[in-house]
Amino acid sequence: MANQDKQISIGDVVNRSVEFEEDLKGEIMNINVGPSHPSTHGVLRLKVQLDGEVVTEVEPVVGYLHRGDEKIAENMTYNQFIPYTDRLDYIAPLSNNVAYVLAVEKLAGLEVPPRCQAIRVICCELARISSHLLGVGVYGMDTGALTVFMYTFTERERLYTLFEQLTGARFTTSYTRIGGLTRDLPPGWLGNVINFLNQFEPVIEEIDKLMTRNRIFYDRTVGVGVITPEDAISYGVTGPNLRASGVACDLRKTNPYSGYEKYEFDVPVGSAGDCYDRWLIRMEEIRQSVKIVRQVIDSIPDGPWYAEEARKIYAPPKAKILTSMEELIQNFMLVTEGPQIRPGEVYFEAENPKGALGFYIVSKGGGIPYRLKIRAPSFCNLSILPKLLKGCMVADIPVILGSIDFVLGECDR
Amino acid sequence: MNYLPILIALLKAVIMISVVMGIAAYAVLAERKIAGWIQGRYGPNRTVLPFIGVIPILGNMLTRLGIFQPVADGLKFIFKEDPVPGHVNKFYYFLAPCVAFIPAMTTMVVLPFGEMDGVPLVLANIDIGMLFILAVSSLGVYGIILAGWSANSKYPFLGGIRASAQMISYELAMGLSILPAFLWANAPGSETGLSLFNVVQSQDQLWMVFWQPLSALIFLVALFAETNRLPFDMPEAETELVSGYHTEYGSMKFGLFFVGEYTHIVIGSGVLVVLYFGGWNFLPGIPFPWPAGWAGGLLSTLWFLLKVFSVVFFFMWIRWTLPRFRYDQVMRLGWAILLPLALANLVLNAILIALFENWLV
Repeated sequence: MANQDKQISIGDVVNRSVEFEEDLKGEIMNINVGPSHPSTHGVLRLKVQLDGEVVTEVEPVVGYLHRGDEKIAENMTYNQFIPYTDRLDYIAPLSNNVAYVLAVEKLAGLEVPPRCQAIRVICCELARISSHLLGVGVYGMDTGALTVFMYTFTERERLYTLFEQLTGARFTTSYTRIGGLTRDLPPGWLGNVINFLNQFEPVIEEIDKLMTRNRIFYDRTVGVGVITPEDAISYGVTGPNLRASGVACDLRKTNPYSGYEKYEFDVPVGSAGDCYDRWLIRMEEIRQSVKIVRQVIDSIPDGPWYAEEARKIYAPPKAKILTSMEELIQNFMLVTEGPQIRPGEVYFEAENPKGALGFYIVSKGGGIPYRLKIRAPSFCNLSILPKLLKGCMVADIPVILGSIDFVLGECDR
Repeated sequence: MNYLPILIALLKAVIMISVVMGIAAYAVLAERKIAGWIQGRYGPNRTVLPFIGVIPILGNMLTRLGIFQPVADGLKFIFKEDPVPGHVNKFYYFLAPCVAFIPAMTTMVVLPFGEMDGVPLVLANIDIGMLFILAVSSLGVYGIILAGWSANSKYPFLGGIRASAQMISYELAMGLSILPAFLWANAPGSETGLSLFNVVQSQDQLWMVFWQPLSALIFLVALFAETNRLPFDMPEAETELVSGYHTEYGSMKFGLFFVGEYTHIVIGSGVLVVLYFGGWNFLPGIPFPWPAGWAGGLLSTLWFLLKVFSVVFFFMWIRWTLPRFRYDQVMRLGWAILLPLALANLVLNAILIALFENWLV
């Protein structure tokens, strides 16, 4: 810009135009979105620089919900940490429980019976439905359609009732144990699940009708927040967000665990990687989860629901503890010293609703992990935000945040 | 000097204001009830006045319907603590709610709502009623801009800027969409002018919406934008700007914005009904079946209100169904679609009317 002729008198037109042009550029506005803001779904804070309505710079600030879960894990037995996994992705606690115990069981080299595996698959898929329902609901709310949120939340309440029947708690389930579960399925519960699924499938189609072909929603989301497959992989994006970018990576298919290889389901894959694709993927995954749950219920095996041979890991039934000397000692050792896990290291990832939830556990033997590292999918998914939000409009921020569907309990742990 | 006419006019004005305020208050209740109905929940159903809840069946029914909720809302607005943030420009901060509220209430002065023995039921039947409404209602944007600006805070600032841009853009389309209706109503020999009463009378056989469907549609869309209702609620987009221009307002000052918005909706629906849906004319082809005298006046008013409430319901139905536009999409819709459309509509209608009058008849 021609700044050298600044000394020309005030009356000079050229000088005025130069000043005017500089005025026109305006100033950059720094604005905090969050930690307490209607669209940050928790306590995410974004330091946003705005040029008018256009975002020029974004810096996500995480950690407002940090509790030190990984350090806490080093001070308690393996089973005692299960309630803490509820609080990771608190939208889908059941699948966190399952992922954690699967990691510990892999470390211990423990195989659980087929019935236990099947129940865990039901848990995971119901948790996925619950999480995706919240995901699409708040996504709708972020674009301004509040009714979708109410519809999905009604269904989530029904799911919570099922969780309550299964685990005794609606929200913090803590259902699994190393080597098994807290209890077997309650009688008649599978029938309740079937009833739920029967009335749930029309609701999904209703939400689909309300939003998916909605012109305003389409315009708001298509081409917004595009994640290319290369970016998705290099930023470590996992879960539905990765698949929306066109990478067909679903750990349930590629590294099946807990008997997922027995069930037939499709892995939906997007093509554009934009916000609209992420919406479609979540809607389709809900349908696939319903399909999986139906298959599991049709083929649920009988038999033991915990690893009976793992005497140093899983506590025997209460009736036996109270009547038999052997089991009493076994229970006493488990309560005082925790489940005995052999020394070694393990890294296990499970396909959680938000992405790949990984546990890296180092054991030096005994009942307490030496080190436990959690790979939280929300944290990795959020890392792409600065790249994604740059250059978009203010109104795109909630849409992109909603489409990424993160949970701060897991991100900050 | 005779003070009687002034007193009568004052009395009429007070009655009108209380009725419109009442309608606005119950529009809030209707909004919440309709939202509940659409979303599969109940809406407000607990509020009750002392001693009324114990009346056997009636009390329970009124409570369930939420009849007393507006009373509770109003009392809450009045008695809540009224914090004024330290960083605001006090003068404009206090001025803004008044500026938002007063034009909304003023527009109803010229809005006719019924007819008794050929005499319009309206506070002031002026010849330029439509111009008056356009002029006064566009003042309302000052309230929002001032609120956003004086709060001296970032989210309200963004909301205020959005509001000013949006309302100015859509006012053009709105004004242009009204003109064809008046061109049509001002047939040779008629003395419609810009009077709203005469516009209604000119629709005694077929409503304007059948002659001017495109104008009606453009007017409706512009009305949504002017009243800042979803899908055009940019200025207060909750998930983006927290509460937009009224983020820093509390208690009754927020209440004034709130009531002002609903008054705007009610009056805007009234204008829509008057211009395009035949006002208090009963049905297309059946203009005025009401009896003469005050009963006819009352019935025509009730019929008019019924139409207005249907439009208000439509407003709420849309709000709880559709997502929100993005700011640039709103601007594009306003400038690149609605404005050319309204302009083309105006020109086309003008040509058609000219042809019709000069050559075909």
